[in-house]
Amino acid sequence: MTDHAHALETSTGLDSRKLAIWTFIGSECMFFATLISNYLVHKGKSLVGPFAHEVWKDPATGKVFEPIIEIPLVTVGTALLLFSSLFIVLALYGAQKGNRKMLIGWLAATILCGMFFVGMQVYEFTHFVHKGLTLSRNMFGASFFVLTGFHGTHVTIGVIWLFTMFILALRGKLTPNRSLNLEMAALYWHFVDVVWIVIFPVVYLIR
Amino acid sequence: MSTHVEAQEHAHPTPSTYAKIGLVLFILTALEVGLYEITFGESAGSFGHAIQPFFIPLLLFLSAIKFALVAMYYMHLKNDSKLFSGVFVFPLIIASVVILALVALQAYHWAFARSGG
Amino acid sequence: MATTALDQPHAHAAHAEKTGLWSWLTTVDHKRIGILYGATAFFFFLLGGIEALIIRIQLARPDNNFISPETYNQLFTMHGTTMIFLAIMPLSSMLFNYLIPLMIGARDVAFPRLNAFSYWVFLLGGLFLNASFLFGAAPDTGWYGYANLTSRQFSAGPNVDFWNMGLQVLGVASLAAAVNFFVTIVNMRAPGMTMMRMPMFVWMSFITQILLLLAFPVIAVALILLMFDRFFGTHFFIPAGGGDPLLWQHFFWVFGHPEVYILILPAFGVVSEVLPVFSRKPLFGYAAMVFSGVFIAFLGFGVWSHHMFTTGMGPIADTFFSLSTMLIAIPTGVKIFNWMGTMWFGSLQFRTPMYFAVAFIAMFIIGGLSGVMHASPPADLQQNDTYFIVAHFHYVLFGGSIFALTAGAYYWWPKMFGRMLDERLGKVHFWLMLLGFNLTFFPMHFVGLNGMPRRTYTYPAELGFTALNQIETAGSLLLGLAFLVFLINVVRTSRGPRNALADPWNGATLEWAIPSPPPEWNFERVPVVDGRDPLWEEKRKNGGRLPEPVAGTGAGIHLPNPSYWPLVTAVGVTAVFIGILESPRWGPWGIIVAVALLLFGLYSWLFEKGYSEFRTPSHGGH
Repeated sequence: MTDHAHALETSTGLDSRKLAIWTFIGSECMFFATLISNYLVHKGKSLVGPFAHEVWKDPATGKVFEPIIEIPLVTVGTALLLFSSLFIVLALYGAQKGNRKMLIGWLAATILCGMFFVGMQVYEFTHFVHKGLTLSRNMFGASFFVLTGFHGTHVTIGVIWLFTMFILALRGKLTPNRSLNLEMAALYWHFVDVVWIVIFPVVYLIR
Repeated sequence: MSTHVEAQEHAHPTPSTYAKIGLVLFILTALEVGLYEITFGESAGSFGHAIQPFFIPLLLFLSAIKFALVAMYYMHLKNDSKLFSGVFVFPLIIASVVILALVALQAYHWAFARSGG
Repeated sequence: MATTALDQPHAHAAHAEKTGLWSWLTTVDHKRIGILYGATAFFFFLLGGIEALIIRIQLARPDNNFISPETYNQLFTMHGTTMIFLAIMPLSSMLFNYLIPLMIGARDVAFPRLNAFSYWVFLLGGLFLNASFLFGAAPDTGWYGYANLTSRQFSAGPNVDFWNMGLQVLGVASLAAAVNFFVTIVNMRAPGMTMMRMPMFVWMSFITQILLLLAFPVIAVALILLMFDRFFGTHFFIPAGGGDPLLWQHFFWVFGHPEVYILILPAFGVVSEVLPVFSRKPLFGYAAMVFSGVFIAFLGFGVWSHHMFTTGMGPIADTFFSLSTMLIAIPTGVKIFNWMGTMWFGSLQFRTPMYFAVAFIAMFIIGGLSGVMHASPPADLQQNDTYFIVAHFHYVLFGGSIFALTAGAYYWWPKMFGRMLDERLGKVHFWLMLLGFNLTFFPMHFVGLNGMPRRTYTYPAELGFTALNQIETAGSLLLGLAFLVFLINVVRTSRGPRNALADPWNGATLEWAIPSPPPEWNFERVPVVDGRDPLWEEKRKNGGRLPEPVAGTGAGIHLPNPSYWPLVTAVGVTAVFIGILESPRWGPWGIIVAVALLLFGLYSWLFEKGYSEFRTPSHGGH
């Protein structure tokens, strides 16, 4: 239950900051829509391998490139990100109820999940580069790294934002009447998760 | 006429509700990966081959449910003002239209370079 | 100057509107920010105009070599980019900033520091873009930068990168402002002002903000992809690597078409304010005007490939986009008839703003007619890339947007500056501008259909383009003269006494209820509204006139504090893109330092004393 120290006299009765973060999220939908379109439009247009799901043998050198995608690793990352959304909802619940332990504990869990996700992505990227997939190698490399890279950047920004909230929570400053600040960060975090809910099947599962 | 904020949380979900949704999300993800393995995995048989045309619609359907669950419950759209839903859904519609239009234009080779398909 | 509202002693020291450079650098007052936008935009408009004049001199004679072809390419690219992003859009922003809070009865926008941030980012972006001239590397691949001319292979120098980074910076400014105005309009209207009671300018601005929010991310991604092609070896738009140059055109025009509605909708809004006041009649068909605006915006996302009819899309795609484009002419037509309906049987007052507003309708119709012709793919096959298209978009952007914005300038000048622009000079400005404009751009219809291509450096004498080009150049010089007259008007007016009435035109909307110029807090008491045209209502209840409003003291009104963090953060944002531009030479260090500066500015802003609820009790962060 959100306590309000003072009633809001806005035309809608809604807090302008919450409306602002939703508006920003709406705009970001178009940002990722363009990146996803870019990925889909370039799908299958690579002139050389390695490819996402198929083997490719270089006709010039005879070198065989295995399919690049490794489902188990990214599934773990996906699960982590999904659970982090749950964790931050619980952290926000704690903030709104004034339950400091709940807030700090679940917020820490969220941040850890986020950091592991980014870590997984970094590992995945370096692994793919070792296997021969770079930005300039083929269209798959270019569109894959740009799409997932920008998503990963958004996650990183989210982690920094949440870490700031964490410090405020530790200092006891994230009181129930200031919980909107965490709610805004949480909405951004959920959005980043929701984008991944789209990217995961489109990039990793669809052949 | 300005409105004072009403107690928006008349039907505020509890932590256990949130946890249950988390579990559902996890199961749906497992189903997505399971579907992939059945259709294209190393042990995929003739059944996998048979459901290949249904793979993408099924997969996207599962993802859409996950998307909706996170949006409605975690992002609280179900219990919040419809204005927030509008501000989120309208760009989603435009985004979907643009993605579909570009994919269609590409698939039918309209307004995309012919060379290389 | 001791008689204005601004000079009265105030209960709070913070309310004394300061003067001096520092007060302008740290202002968060939407009125000051509006004036900053206006002055900066006008400066860039003149710059873009000079670029145009040089182009016209080059084209005045066949086989001319007044400037080199390379310089010519830079000039037409910068002319287009400047006029669109640094002139028309920020001139509209001037009006958004100044008027939206006043028209909805608010004291400021939802996020005043974010507002200031938008301005500073715009200024720095515009300077950054034009700094390219100092390096002899101004963008030179057209304002829409088609691939793969823009690839490293065909554009080795930093010209394209200046364009790319400059537009990204400007995009940040536009997006931040769009969030701000969207929230302001939705959430900060005075009691009683429902959405369907808002002034039409606010409605058109509202739709414009939504378009900005949805369209700018698309070009941001397109520019990112181009950056990756040029800096990191990807092949998104490069055929040799599997990419597709036509994809650039798609992404660009998915942005670009909504962009032209972003350019024209505020102008529609201005005209919808001016015409009723000078016809002494309410706007005809308010609801139809709202819905046609919404329809135009929505449909505007479905017409983009009409810019690509000559790329060989095939009959099905051609047909679809041709139909959607013709369809969008309908709501536009609705608006034109409603404007005429407003004037019909009105008591027409021909003052300078009205001259420009009426001329807008005529010029915009001409531009719309050529536009409808382009909507037919076979016709467009001849017209595309010729001066026929140049004629079209100048009629809608200059004859449309600029004429309307000029009407707005004359109309709201007294409110903003407390002085009325001179009527006689205004009329001289008008006739020179109307004549000069038509002389410059009408012949382009003919010379275009006769085959003169766009962006052409010169032309041979045998093609018979010479005579019309000379008329066009003469017309452009007249246009220059017209703006000189405007400048003289502005300077002369600024020397006169600051004695404009609060309501010199008998206006209908709330901004005319407060002194000219308004006090920092706008309204002494927040107005309560119970209909459209609230001020006409008030005057009707008071026997036709209202007394001159007295500037109050602003006692008990809390105003946001000035702040320099928006400026610091804006420098950080710009520095990031400079860092990217220079990354071949500086490696990642430029970007790293810039990000550090950005984060420093951002965190200082977010936790600023007097604003942040983490440092000051009671007042929620704004």
